[in-house]
Amino acid sequence: MGARLKSTVCEGEIMVVMAPDAELAMTCGGAAMVDAGEAVSPSGDVHPDHAVGVAMGKRYIDEAETLEVLCVKSGDGSLAANGSLLLQKDTKKLPKTD
Amino acid sequence: MNVMMLLEMASAAFPERPAFTDGSNGASFTYQQLFDAARQRAESIRGSGAQRLVKLDVSNLGTPLSLFASAWAGVPYVPLNYRLTDAEIQALLTRVTPAYLVTDDARLGSLGAVADVQAVSTGSFLEDSNHPGATDAAWAMDPEEVAVLLFTSGTTGEPKAAVLRHKHLVSYILGSVEFAGASEEDVALVCVPPYHIAGIAAIMSSVYSGRHVVQLPNFTAEAWIELARKHKVSTAFVVPTMLARIVETLEAEGAEDSGLPHLASFSYGGGKMPLSVIEKAMTLFPNTDFSNAYGLTETSSTICVLGPEEHRKAAAASSEAERRRLVSVGQPLPGVEIEIRDEDGQQVPAGERGEIYVRGEQVSGEYEGRGSVTDGEGWFPTRDAGSMDADGYLFLEGRADDVIVRGGENLSPGEIEDVVLTHPAVADVAVVGVPSEQWGEAVAAAVVAKAGATIDIADIQEFVKERLRSSRVPELVQIWPELPYNETGKLLRRVVRTELAAAVS
Repeated sequence: MGARLKSTVCEGEIMVVMAPDAELAMTCGGAAMVDAGEAVSPSGDVHPDHAVGVAMGKRYIDEAETLEVLCVKSGDGSLAANGSLLLQKDTKKLPKTD
Repeated sequence: MNVMMLLEMASAAFPERPAFTDGSNGASFTYQQLFDAARQRAESIRGSGAQRLVKLDVSNLGTPLSLFASAWAGVPYVPLNYRLTDAEIQALLTRVTPAYLVTDDARLGSLGAVADVQAVSTGSFLEDSNHPGATDAAWAMDPEEVAVLLFTSGTTGEPKAAVLRHKHLVSYILGSVEFAGASEEDVALVCVPPYHIAGIAAIMSSVYSGRHVVQLPNFTAEAWIELARKHKVSTAFVVPTMLARIVETLEAEGAEDSGLPHLASFSYGGGKMPLSVIEKAMTLFPNTDFSNAYGLTETSSTICVLGPEEHRKAAAASSEAERRRLVSVGQPLPGVEIEIRDEDGQQVPAGERGEIYVRGEQVSGEYEGRGSVTDGEGWFPTRDAGSMDADGYLFLEGRADDVIVRGGENLSPGEIEDVVLTHPAVADVAVVGVPSEQWGEAVAAAVVAKAGATIDIADIQEFVKERLRSSRVPELVQIWPELPYNETGKLLRRVVRTELAAAVS
């Protein structure tokens, strides 16, 4: 939890909010993500099946709702865990309270 | 996970937008300027070797800068209450050394000599040329790192330092605020002090939504109204005593409405809101959305909200039961669970009074040096008393410790206060237990009359007797010009108890 990962094929970057205990293969744009601290610049192409994109500020979950990530930088690639595309999570609109 | 991430996203999405403006002098930060300044101050904090950043000052641009710079530097942010005496502050300071202290000029001299404290004035902290270095290091993403230490306003013994970790604060923001949800015209007026959890939450939620914050350092109703009009403020949070003063001041102006057409949302919390005040406020601000928030330091601010629609429905309702919902604090936020339990820890049925327990990602329930007070399943006992109706609306009924034990019967001051407040001549009331030879404790009340009204003590007792069981009737009633509140709107029940107890001894 709290780990920050980045895409290797687009500008996309995420933070893990909730993760299952099991090992996960996180991809963005169809390519394995790396630790955000690594000195790697995006190169190569976004896989056409993983090209809807990620949007800053949106949260994404897996089918089982055991994985949740926050997009902290927008990118052209879509997120997937163990090959399955993640879904965008709806945020309930709440009254502003502070 | 780090609260700096919230600012990083905001400064990437809208770098040129105004982020904070000090309402007292007009100085301001855009989101990019705040981000860059945090990077520089993080370097200064790291270079000092301090393990904490202490901010001891009124709200100003140094407040958000201290919060984010300390998050970047990896040291907890410790805002202290500037109303404390030098001796009290020194005692707290020695608990958080080695510290980097940011304070006003007046205090710099008296506190600069405390061991292991490197003190700078707020002015010097804000001056870019004093902080030429900029850190290259990334902030820590470990969710367990401590973000904030907040001394709670404990009424007995030494103040406790509540520990809020990055995971608690970030969870609260992600769960309750939509990223970039504010429009460019959105302006929030923040008047709660920086050492209050609502002040910290206001910084983070405004940043994440991209809202412009105007700070009001020293609250007066006149200054609040003037700033709200000048900056076309669209959203604000106040404590109940502040709303009462704003309402009074606007009424004294004699205008038909508030003259604040931009104020779209108005939220309040931090204490009990008298029904008469909120009803009047809703009349003065007919087009404003009202929200009532309930939260604690230990829960990273808001856990329960009564929203605008619920306000309107309750205000328009004809039945007493539905109108009563106007003094409810609403329903839990998504991801927050609330239970009402009795003294044996068993959940009580709907409508019955007990202690409020809360669980969720944003709940810390931890104090420095004492560890977590949550139970094995993550439930935090709030020490607040309350009840939940069949539809899940929470009602606050004072502190669990405020219960009056009269002849073996547990009485809720809140229940009695609610009744007395419906008396046409009563503006405010506090009910406490005082020592009694016959009963152990007896019920006593301090009552404040409405302007121009006269209160008859026997009439108040009769009024309660007609509506509640006779054990609830106050044996002692005193008429006071006003009740004692602290600056954040909390009733100082202890003071009431001491004075009323002196009257019976």
